[in-house]
Amino acid sequence: MTDQYDAIVVGGGHNGLVNAAYLAKAGLRTLVLERRSLVGGAAITEELVPGFQFTTFSYALSLIRPDIVHDLALTDHGMKVLPLPHTLQVGRDGDYLVLGSDTYENFHEIARHSIEDAEAYLDFTHMTERLCHAMKPLMDMVPPNSVSDHPDDLAAMARLQEYLAGLDEDLQELLEVIWTGSVTEILDRYFENELLKSLLASSSIIGSKVGPRSPGSALVWLYHIIGEYDGTFGEWGFHKGGNGGFSRVLARAAESWGATIRTSAPVTEVIVNDGAAVGVRLEGGEELAAPIVVSALDPRRTFTELVDPSFLPDDLTAAITSMKFQGTAAKVNFALDGLPPIPGLEGRPEVFEGFTNIGPSIDYLETAFADCEAGRFSRRPFLDVCVQSTLDPDMAPPGKHVMSCFVMYAPYHLKLADGTEADWDAEREQLGDTVQETLEEFFPGFGKLVIHREIVTPLDIERTVGLTEGNIFAGELFAPQMFFNRPAPGWNQYRTPIEGYYQCGSGTHPGGCVIGGPGKLAAGQIVADRQMAVG
Amino acid sequence: MPKRTPFFERLAPYNEPQVWDHWVGYLSAPRYQYSAITEYYAIRDGAGVFDTSPLFKYRISGSGAGKFLDQMMVRSMSTMPVGKGRYTCWCNSEGFVVEDGVVLRVAHDEYLIATAQPNLRYLRRLSPGRNVSVEDVSESYGMLALQGPHSISVLRELTSDLEDLGYFGVTNVVLGDIPVTISRTGFTGDLGYEIWVEHATAEALFDLLFSAGMGYNIKPVGEVALSMARIEAGLLLIDVDFQSARFAWVDAQRETPVELGWGWMVDLDRDFIGRDAIAAEDAGGTTRWQTVGLTVDWHDYERLHEGLGLVAPKEGVLTQDTMSVYRRDGTYAGYATSFVFSSLLKRHIAIAKLPLDLTAAGSQVELELVPIHRPENVSATVVDMPFYAPAHKLGPVGRPSTAPAMTEQ
Ligand SMILES: Cc1cc2nc3c(=O)[nH]c(=O)nc-3n(C[C@H](O)[C@H](O)[C@H](O)COP(=O)(O)OP(=O)(O)OC[C@H]3O[C@@H](n4cnc5c(N)ncnc54)[C@H](O)[C@@H]3O)c2cc1C
Repeated sequence: MTDQYDAIVVGGGHNGLVNAAYLAKAGLRTLVLERRSLVGGAAITEELVPGFQFTTFSYALSLIRPDIVHDLALTDHGMKVLPLPHTLQVGRDGDYLVLGSDTYENFHEIARHSIEDAEAYLDFTHMTERLCHAMKPLMDMVPPNSVSDHPDDLAAMARLQEYLAGLDEDLQELLEVIWTGSVTEILDRYFENELLKSLLASSSIIGSKVGPRSPGSALVWLYHIIGEYDGTFGEWGFHKGGNGGFSRVLARAAESWGATIRTSAPVTEVIVNDGAAVGVRLEGGEELAAPIVVSALDPRRTFTELVDPSFLPDDLTAAITSMKFQGTAAKVNFALDGLPPIPGLEGRPEVFEGFTNIGPSIDYLETAFADCEAGRFSRRPFLDVCVQSTLDPDMAPPGKHVMSCFVMYAPYHLKLADGTEADWDAEREQLGDTVQETLEEFFPGFGKLVIHREIVTPLDIERTVGLTEGNIFAGELFAPQMFFNRPAPGWNQYRTPIEGYYQCGSGTHPGGCVIGGPGKLAAGQIVADRQMAVG
Repeated sequence: MPKRTPFFERLAPYNEPQVWDHWVGYLSAPRYQYSAITEYYAIRDGAGVFDTSPLFKYRISGSGAGKFLDQMMVRSMSTMPVGKGRYTCWCNSEGFVVEDGVVLRVAHDEYLIATAQPNLRYLRRLSPGRNVSVEDVSESYGMLALQGPHSISVLRELTSDLEDLGYFGVTNVVLGDIPVTISRTGFTGDLGYEIWVEHATAEALFDLLFSAGMGYNIKPVGEVALSMARIEAGLLLIDVDFQSARFAWVDAQRETPVELGWGWMVDLDRDFIGRDAIAAEDAGGTTRWQTVGLTVDWHDYERLHEGLGLVAPKEGVLTQDTMSVYRRDGTYAGYATSFVFSSLLKRHIAIAKLPLDLTAAGSQVELELVPIHRPENVSATVVDMPFYAPAHKLGPVGRPSTAPAMTEQ
């Protein structure tokens, strides 16, 4: 084996691409190896019906770290994110709530439901903006090593503690709830109206095995509002051509910085020699050499499949084995003949230009979660509905639409009534029907518009993308698995016990979503280590 | 009482915030939605419709029309083929810019021009007895700018006669059963068309366009979105980036074509009003400044605001007013006249006037902001304009672009 490359990145998901682009920009000859025939991982767009672009998995963008956009010159490569003008919470019997960008429009819209909530929303928004601003630096730093006695690490921990202790007292108090509490603990301090509370709580359950009243949901909520659109926290957009359009921007950027991308190249093994990574082996036996190998896969695959776990210390393997994945999300995507009707909002097609939430009360969400706890997919699921073609005319033929429905809850470990494990492939159509029935309930006449339906189960997510148990974040966003614990205490700084072997997937800090942070921060470590080695 | 354009009744229901500006005496919407950003993206991604009817419109005709315009305009008009338009400015005899605009040659002896200020008397006084007739047709026509990559998709629903209309071409076509004059021009730097329609059929045209545009995210766009786009395109706006020499008080307020970055328009081998003064400026090296682009350093902008405990403002940042520009050593250098956060480029950009030693691309300056009451400087770099120039603006419109294949890398 000769070293044709300085670094090989395993996995061409968005984090692998970001990582490779940074490495190439730093001058490393970098190769990305992607198992599938297309890059993007969970961020892809596929034309399943001629003229209809489906965002099979992820569909909206917010968390992408703003400095990546600049460092990698992504706008030069076609990055274009169309902002969502508002969020629509669909209620029952013609009730609804539309929250947009104008403070006092929102005030009066909420006041239709509760005048006190309308005012509370002003305080709440100010609080969340300050909270996001305070936490943002943590998203963009390599978390300190919390289990090391090295003076540098101790100093880094001290600096972090000092930073947190310096925050305004109300934020410190709030953060206590955020780390361990539920989102309803926070929302109940401000609001009484169910439609508003459930709208806000929807961010607290995305992709996670929690209900809005479960401990842990507050952190999931914060994670989903800490992204930004043009400097406004909590705002989302659709990338032109779906999130697959964004992955292709990243691929072009990586290539322009000098990286090579090879698709249909599944890696079976990272080759380790004397405790150091020296290259990879592909399915079919081909070997490629490089002194740096970066896994952009999830922690299970990084530590238990690509390498022999016996090379690894027991505490690490134990942490990875007990790491919670337990995917709970599914997608049902539609090609539609037209826009569905919404009772109370007839003749206002523009309301579909943002997120449309189905899940009108905290109880609705909790009932959906109870199904999940019982090992069933929700009989009335929470749906995050996006009709991207209303904002991006190239997603569907004129007058037609694509609708992405993110579905909570659909537990990876599905149980039959008798408690035995059920087969997702057998349940797939039923999941599709359930989602369609739910949509019919809120948009009467919906079914008549359906041209095509794509059902994505947690098992599909696992099989297609490679995300263990279909967890969309490559590991739950729970405090014991976040920050200096992601993916395991002491191994949170993108290195592994194997020299030259690094990790940069969503299972590392800051975590899941189309965010790029793991890829970027890992590249920083790799480049720094290399400079140290070179001296 | 402000006047209403022929499209007012149609546009009013779209105006969600119900705020109207006054633009040369007409009601004109700053924005139709609460945030101008979706309108901006209609221009950059779909099809945006801006009502330019308040512009003053003139028909200049007669066997002497070409010669007259040659004499008046910095660029020659008689050498332009029928069916073409030219962007030009015109000057006073001291070589200072009076105004700018697009002159369309719609027939051998017939030209159309839309201007920002009244020019009937001005034009007539310059053209005594030269077989030229100048007619004010401002009230006869409504005018819509249909701008954006899908502007052609919308028009294609209505006609197949625009496939060969090139950049700055102009032609007469019938949309539905409505005759219009349409030019491939605009003030956005994107693919776009400007449509002249007779007053009586203006509303019908509006309805036609909006039903044809339904599948292409057609939206009315207001002044704010237009400004965001025109700054990215490096297009100067009168009374913002320059003033008419006609109504200025002192020369410090007046600018020459070269100072405005319009030196490319000037052909000194030709005679036109202001030629001698511009030749003297050229020979004497008396150009005082030049109009350039600035991009603000992203990291410095973040650092400045983070240091003050603020979230760095981006969406909605738009200043069309003077902001000071300094040299890196802190001494005064010049000023910016337009400043915007470009959502597409993800950076703050500005149009600025700088002394000649700072106008080379790459020159480093500082732009003055006022984040919390007191001025603070942020690093900026001089760049060539336009900031944004998509290939589809200039290129052949071709066949409708199907969405790029996404399935394979
Ligand atoms: C259904 C769904 C909806 C979501 N919605 C959103 C959303 O709207 N917004 C958002 O921000 N986030 C969303 N997410 C989360 C987000 O998409 C993911 O967290 C993120 O895309 C993961 O990126 P990654 O690069 O870390 O990993 P992945 O995208 O999982 O990439 C890993 C890549 O490695 C490849 N690979 C696997 N094994 C091998 C091998 N042995 N050899 C070579 N290559 C291999 C895979 O094919 C894949 O391309 C969603 C996720 C899912 C599943």
